[in-house]
Amino acid sequence: MQNHVLKYLNQIVRKKPDKLAYSDGTQSLTFREVYRYSRSIGSYLHRKGIYKKPVVVFMHKSPKEVTAFFGVIAGGCFYVPIDEEMPSGRIQLILDNVQSPLILCDETTAEKAAAFQVKDCQIALYDEIAQTQIDDEALDDIYRRAIDTDPIYIVFTSGSTGIPKGVAACHRSVIDYIEQLSEVLQFNEDTVFGNQTPLYFDACLKELYPTLKFGATTYLIPRNLFSVPVALVEYLNEHKINTVCWVVSALTMISAFGTFQVVKPEHLHTVAFGSEVFPIKQFRLWREALPEAAFTNLYGPTEGTGMCCFYRVDREFAEGEAIPIGRPFPNREILLLTQEGKPAEAGQEGEICIRGTSLTLGYYNDPVRTAEAFVQNPLNTAYPEVIYKTGDIGRYNEAGELVFVSRKDYQIKHMGHRIELGEVEVNVGMVAGVQMTACIYDAKKVKIVLYYVGELSEKELTEALKGRLPRYMIPNKIIRLEQMPFTANGKIDRVTLKNIYEKRG
Amino acid sequence: MEELLEILSDLHPEVDFEVEEHLIDDGILDSLDIVNLISEISEEFDVSITAKDIIPENFNSAKALYSLIQDLGEE
Repeated sequence: MQNHVLKYLNQIVRKKPDKLAYSDGTQSLTFREVYRYSRSIGSYLHRKGIYKKPVVVFMHKSPKEVTAFFGVIAGGCFYVPIDEEMPSGRIQLILDNVQSPLILCDETTAEKAAAFQVKDCQIALYDEIAQTQIDDEALDDIYRRAIDTDPIYIVFTSGSTGIPKGVAACHRSVIDYIEQLSEVLQFNEDTVFGNQTPLYFDACLKELYPTLKFGATTYLIPRNLFSVPVALVEYLNEHKINTVCWVVSALTMISAFGTFQVVKPEHLHTVAFGSEVFPIKQFRLWREALPEAAFTNLYGPTEGTGMCCFYRVDREFAEGEAIPIGRPFPNREILLLTQEGKPAEAGQEGEICIRGTSLTLGYYNDPVRTAEAFVQNPLNTAYPEVIYKTGDIGRYNEAGELVFVSRKDYQIKHMGHRIELGEVEVNVGMVAGVQMTACIYDAKKVKIVLYYVGELSEKELTEALKGRLPRYMIPNKIIRLEQMPFTANGKIDRVTLKNIYEKRG
Repeated sequence: MEELLEILSDLHPEVDFEVEEHLIDDGILDSLDIVNLISEISEEFDVSITAKDIIPENFNSAKALYSLIQDLGEE
């Protein structure tokens, strides 16, 4: 039985050492190189006495960053990816949470990394430590001692209190996910992935690990290409990319402007998308352009390791209809629970809860918030069994497929990113000169709308938020009010705010 | 040009669109911005921007974008 994610790498390096593993178009690494450099990094950690610790990886998105992830695992540690796209305030919160002894950087990030306040933390350059003499004996020993419930990464997700939550996943949950996902989407050694999602979320597991498992190839597509649809499709064709797992907005960017009339993806046969509603009109354009391709809707929270449910689109949908999230991958179960903790009746709405090996370990250094979301299965009183409460409301349709209905709270999905509106509000509230604040989401126009009361101008507020919030969390519309509307019991009246917003047109 | 600058600064109040010349190359406008921008422009100027027009040369500056709108308007 496989109990270590690097078994994928150890096996493939023997079978296909010289095949291209990861490329960003300019920089490329073969499996042999990934293996060698990751073992150098692991050996470096061992020499420094860093073991079973979080190691922050702060690098430009590149094949080297991927190799650094595996290097951290080879050293018996777990990686914490952070990115230059993150504002420094958020990075500091993450560093405070994980208390890492080491930040792994490259030339583009070293200076920034040095500016953060972390006690007893060293900074190392990838290019230097990737040359460390490999200590096979030590690495093999670390490998043997690993247990599949040991963490391998922590990724941070939005938290409503303003402090991001670090979701820690282990070998076992990742292996389970990769095995099931690969089966469902039928990856193989000829798969050529075009990665779109950032490396600091669990979304990139879909490409990074199956690439090792099968000896496939992943292209990390440059971010700027997602603003220029024709060039993007030409890139897919140039590299013979046949499989993409993208957020819906990246797919609609291509279909919405008649790109398919200029150029079509020639090799693409597998299209997975998730986390957002796919507008049926756009979805049809994709299906017309690629009638032979398999389209699969994926659903799952970071806490359940990557994705949890899938639906292979096998019928026509009417405009305005939502594509179901289908059913769970094998080896996990969805419980649909009512407020009383009872199973929802057929057709009744309930909270989507996940049970199974794919559950992550919880929120790192955060027992309180872990205990709120990772709870004892209320349907089982016989022995300890943890389920994860997603906060998503779902129901089963007449065909027995799971359908996403709404959120219980103020969490939204915006451009594929999971955001707590509460986190936006807390950060706005911390800006000097802001007295009151409330966020709403315009799902139709894909806009986060912020209302506030304060002395600051709208422009000044935007400027101040850039140091606090990631770009995708900065409100798209910022509107200053003389007074905030309140409900009878003294809460901010979001319904009225929505009405004000809709009247503006 | 006035209307265009207004649409742009509505999108990113912190950017000086009269001087910026690398909106796409520097990643100031991301793909969502482009989508929003195109929908606002088509409403305001009654032109339709399609995939072949969405290239950095047309979107790197407000000036370039404005001349694209004018070209499309004449067609």
